[in-house]
Amino acid sequence: MEEMRILSPTAILGYGFPLESFTEGLSQKPHVIAVDAGSTDPGPYYLGAGKSFTNRAAVKRDLELILEAAVERKIPVLIGTAGGSGGEPHLKRDYDLIVEIAREKGLHFTMAVIHAEVDKEQVREALRRGEVTPLYPAPPLKEEDLDTTFRVVGQMGFEPLIAALEEGAQVILAGRAYDPSVFAAPAIRAGFEPGLAIHLGKILECGAIASSPGSGSDCLLGRVGPGYFEVEPLNPIRRCTVTSVSAHTLYEKSNPLALPGPGGLLELKEAKFEQVTENRVRVTGSKFIPTDKYYIKLEGVKMAGYRTVSIAGCRDPIMVKKIDEVITTVRERVQDNFKESGYQYFLDFKLYGRNGVMGRLEPELNVIPHELGIIIEAVGETQDIADTICSFARSTMLHSGYSGRMATAGNLAFPYSPSDFKGGAVYQFSVYHLIEVNNPYSLFPMKLINL
Amino acid sequence: MKKINITELASVVRSKNSGPYELTFDIIFKDRAAFEQARRSGVFTKELIAGLYNIDIDKVIGVVEFEAANAIKATIVRPVVSGALGETDVYGAQQNAPLLSIEVPVSSDFVKYLDS
Repeated sequence: MEEMRILSPTAILGYGFPLESFTEGLSQKPHVIAVDAGSTDPGPYYLGAGKSFTNRAAVKRDLELILEAAVERKIPVLIGTAGGSGGEPHLKRDYDLIVEIAREKGLHFTMAVIHAEVDKEQVREALRRGEVTPLYPAPPLKEEDLDTTFRVVGQMGFEPLIAALEEGAQVILAGRAYDPSVFAAPAIRAGFEPGLAIHLGKILECGAIASSPGSGSDCLLGRVGPGYFEVEPLNPIRRCTVTSVSAHTLYEKSNPLALPGPGGLLELKEAKFEQVTENRVRVTGSKFIPTDKYYIKLEGVKMAGYRTVSIAGCRDPIMVKKIDEVITTVRERVQDNFKESGYQYFLDFKLYGRNGVMGRLEPELNVIPHELGIIIEAVGETQDIADTICSFARSTMLHSGYSGRMATAGNLAFPYSPSDFKGGAVYQFSVYHLIEVNNPYSLFPMKLINL
Repeated sequence: MKKINITELASVVRSKNSGPYELTFDIIFKDRAAFEQARRSGVFTKELIAGLYNIDIDKVIGVVEFEAANAIKATIVRPVVSGALGETDVYGAQQNAPLLSIEVPVSSDFVKYLDS
């Protein structure tokens, strides 16, 4: 093959795309349609709770358009990090959607489902053999961390996806996958250089974000050929420029010259970006350097408790100045009141108008605002404990005395009744480590299904 | 030597997570000339980032130039792992403000170039 064309409809399945852009993409006769469906960016909750940050109806809308167009034209479709986090419940959400669409639309195809959830006992055994290393700055993994870990996924590389293509899958639904993998796999299978294919995947995985003006809800077309790849938007309002494409290369990465991934390093020291038409950029020189051993990144989360928050405002200038004193008093009252209870809890006060956004990194420490937004947050071992601590802290703060107080009717303005909101289960990252594997497939079992 | 504010040299000054354990800052300069002034100024160091965010220098993972994008990038250890108790910004997208105060010494030729 001289040149392979890969259509990326959207940054994340469910983020949507204009039909006109997608139709324009189809008119370019793409060999592959690939889409990333997830990220760790929304935080640990979704992996832990087994829920998706993408909306089911919005994902179905995108999938319907993609599947109908692709099955009819016999274009392979690759979906990575199904359901947002790529664990078993996430994979099932998107699997059920695909089955539903196939039935409703009368579509028939072979689908490969590649699992990515990893049994934590398997991680424990590898840890004991010394085959699990932290991905700096994550701390070393301890067995206790695994005891409380709720769910672990591995980030697959391009190899399991190539295996699914070899089996004749027309639609591949993959659990957690390294974002560029679904774009790179067909190109690497077709014989193009892995460095170019992975770098192209890195650009395509965010849809039209790599164009100007950028958008995560629009399509981008990639072409890979001997020694180069090119990207162009499919919406006439956008352009791919050397700046937009090269700037996207460094997006969300620690070092734009060396991007580690499954099985090796994408090295971009020699990468050259060149404007070939008004809206198309050509990239050359991207290299893939395989590591001596094969490593997979693991992501895992553990429970941190249950959350309740109360939202309030403060406009009294005397109270605003005394806010630290008020918080200290409230903390002491809460602690004293429940000291016999044995409750384990985390109590926090977020002050919008004073270090609410930057917290510990805030350099402007001595600003006195004219009003404060206050979030009282309690996290406890049970929802009841969180409710109790939050409610008690809220009522105490409402009526707490402080030096110079004049507004004795109440310290807080509540925009809502009820004032307290149950946040439900809270998770936190507990595993962000590399595991050494015998082969790229070992953590990722595949099943073929005929629909 | 004249100093000018980063907002006159750069078109993008942003922060974002790079995985749950790191925060990364991108400064993308308006053009090659602005990028060259910035890289030659010697201002963009680990010390600068540590000072702006009031963190220990060993928490600054790196400051890297990326010529292809006319960009300088810095990455630090997140003070709180994304989404952990005490988090204030899960995506890390609102941590760029201190960077906007950076002043860059530029050559007189560049000042003429800006004025022209």
